[in-house]
Amino acid sequence: MSTATSTLQKPVKKRRKVPMPYLLLLPGMLWLITFFLIPILTLVKTSVNMDLQNYDPTSASTGSFWGNFWYAARTHEAPFARSFIYALAATLIALCIAYPLAYGIAFKSGRWKNVLLVLVVAPFFCSFILRTIAWKQILGQEGPVFHLLLNLHLVTLQTHITASPGAVIAGLSYNFLPFMTLPLYSSLERIDPRTLEASGDLYANAFTTFRKVTLPLSLPGVVAGTLLTFIPAAGDYVNAEILGNPSTTMIGNVINAQFLRTSNYTLAAALSFVFMVMIIAIVLFYISRAGTEELV
Amino acid sequence: MADASTSAKGDLKLSNITKSFGDFKAVDDLSLVIPEGSFFALLGPSGCGKTTTLRMIAGLETPTSGSIHVGTTDITDMRPYKRPVNTVFQNYALFPHLSIFENVAFGLRRRGIKDVKEQVDKVLNLVELPHLADRKPTQLSGGQQQRIAVARAIVNRPALLLLDEPLGALDLKLRRQMQIELKWIQTEVGLTFVHVTHDQEEAMTMADTIAVMNEGRIEQMGSPADLYDNPKTAFVANFLGQSNLIEGTIVDSDGDSHVVDLYGQKVSVLKRRTSAKDSSVLFGIRPEKLRIQPDSHDKPGNLLTGGKISDVSYIGVSTQYQVEMPWGQEIMVFEQNDDGVPPLDKGDTVRLSWEPIFSFALDGNQDAQAGVEVDPEAE
Repeated sequence: MSTATSTLQKPVKKRRKVPMPYLLLLPGMLWLITFFLIPILTLVKTSVNMDLQNYDPTSASTGSFWGNFWYAARTHEAPFARSFIYALAATLIALCIAYPLAYGIAFKSGRWKNVLLVLVVAPFFCSFILRTIAWKQILGQEGPVFHLLLNLHLVTLQTHITASPGAVIAGLSYNFLPFMTLPLYSSLERIDPRTLEASGDLYANAFTTFRKVTLPLSLPGVVAGTLLTFIPAAGDYVNAEILGNPSTTMIGNVINAQFLRTSNYTLAAALSFVFMVMIIAIVLFYISRAGTEELV
Repeated sequence: MADASTSAKGDLKLSNITKSFGDFKAVDDLSLVIPEGSFFALLGPSGCGKTTTLRMIAGLETPTSGSIHVGTTDITDMRPYKRPVNTVFQNYALFPHLSIFENVAFGLRRRGIKDVKEQVDKVLNLVELPHLADRKPTQLSGGQQQRIAVARAIVNRPALLLLDEPLGALDLKLRRQMQIELKWIQTEVGLTFVHVTHDQEEAMTMADTIAVMNEGRIEQMGSPADLYDNPKTAFVANFLGQSNLIEGTIVDSDGDSHVVDLYGQKVSVLKRRTSAKDSSVLFGIRPEKLRIQPDSHDKPGNLLTGGKISDVSYIGVSTQYQVEMPWGQEIMVFEQNDDGVPPLDKGDTVRLSWEPIFSFALDGNQDAQAGVEVDPEAE
């Protein structure tokens, strides 16, 4: 009788123990389902609910038009291409600025390290849109950059720096610079300075040490920084809106306009989904080529 | 580019090296010659300047004044990558992104050596880890990383191999094993090894010559046995092993011995083992050289009576006694448990005796506690 009770009690105890990790996962899972999975499914559903090729906003939703994705991509090749080209250019510029900056902070800043790190993130204390508008002033006809270039006879009064692809790329590079700098800094800062000393000890001069030791060891930061810059830059519409002109339209601007002005939700949703798939494909390709898992 | 790294050979000579950091002199007017092919240890507590000295030899620090020569080549201001010197770093500093093979090959490739594969294989065989060539450093145990760090340095056949606390991160058993292995490798390759450590046992096991450093200066230099048997300063007497140092006065001389008065009791010490400048001395005797007997016994030789056992620790192979002398000082005695006599008890009155030849006398004008408080593990 007593053995029967004990065998009966054991499973009860076990059942209480097992769900604990799942319980801990529950809030996160609920969050993801509510704010990620359901919106994505809604997005997909919205993007196929009307036939974009024979678009009639007055008709009721009648089925699933899967050809909408292909149609959306094909009719917006230019903004898609611009998004990726501008984002790529901005990412490369940000990398060129951020790498020396992060290197200096990590290895040469001494007691100024924390101050410099605060300065890197300081722009976040000011609104993104406000900073972009400020760039419009800085690059504008009355701004210091234009005056300098004018005095150097590099521009004439008829030239506009703003409302150009260059201005959009400059704005993107500036706005996402901290996202590049911080991961670079953290991977450079993790490098054991003794490995650099060891490299010098093993007959490598400063340049070779950088090429053979510092750079390879900071690659995880380069990969993280370029992704964190490229992804939001490609989807951005504020910079193209404020610093660009009608021929610098990025995909974000098109989606924004379709959602909020034209109210063509089907097209906006289809474009969003196509863009998301493209970004995922690019990121996966990039990560597989960069081979980050080998580095740490 | 690597001209000096291949050509310069010979003794390492440090002449009047001083290194100041602000007002603090890490190394103070240090001169020494390390003969080619020797295993040399710089031994001292943390902060004594041994690592700074090593870093100056490696070129990672520049001396404030003085010069460093390898043979006839002045390397004082030479860039680290041009020196005929390689270093085994504390915690190894292996390149985490390179395979073991490429770690070892790093120095050869920088110098444009042709038969890299052959040389790397040879040195990996020497450290008995050829099967790990394709691994990454993080996949190796501490002892294996240590051997790879040695391999990465000696593959370049430097005139000098510097070892900066190379065994500090290993556990005791592995450290013992690596001490023997390093000594074997040194004999095998015949390079000059300069080894920095705070561990006196490690230095004594491996080195031909030890320089004991304290506060930026060399206290004493010599073979392990010489330093242990004939310490010249209280710091060396206390830092290398343990010593009982008793304040005394030379009251008489007879033949080749001095007679020293220790709080009213007369003992003797050989003149050649006396380094005192005047009659005031610190009389020294190692704990394992002392014999302890109940106070009634009488034995020839040096004798101190009236001690009282204040503590007994039985540790199997030996028994350690703390004996309080009439003048209040605690004397340490290590007695081998080899006579079948049960250990004496706490509170027993005892006398201490020893062969006069074992005692030494240091200059009385120094702190008898120098080198005692230093915890060798605190780094």
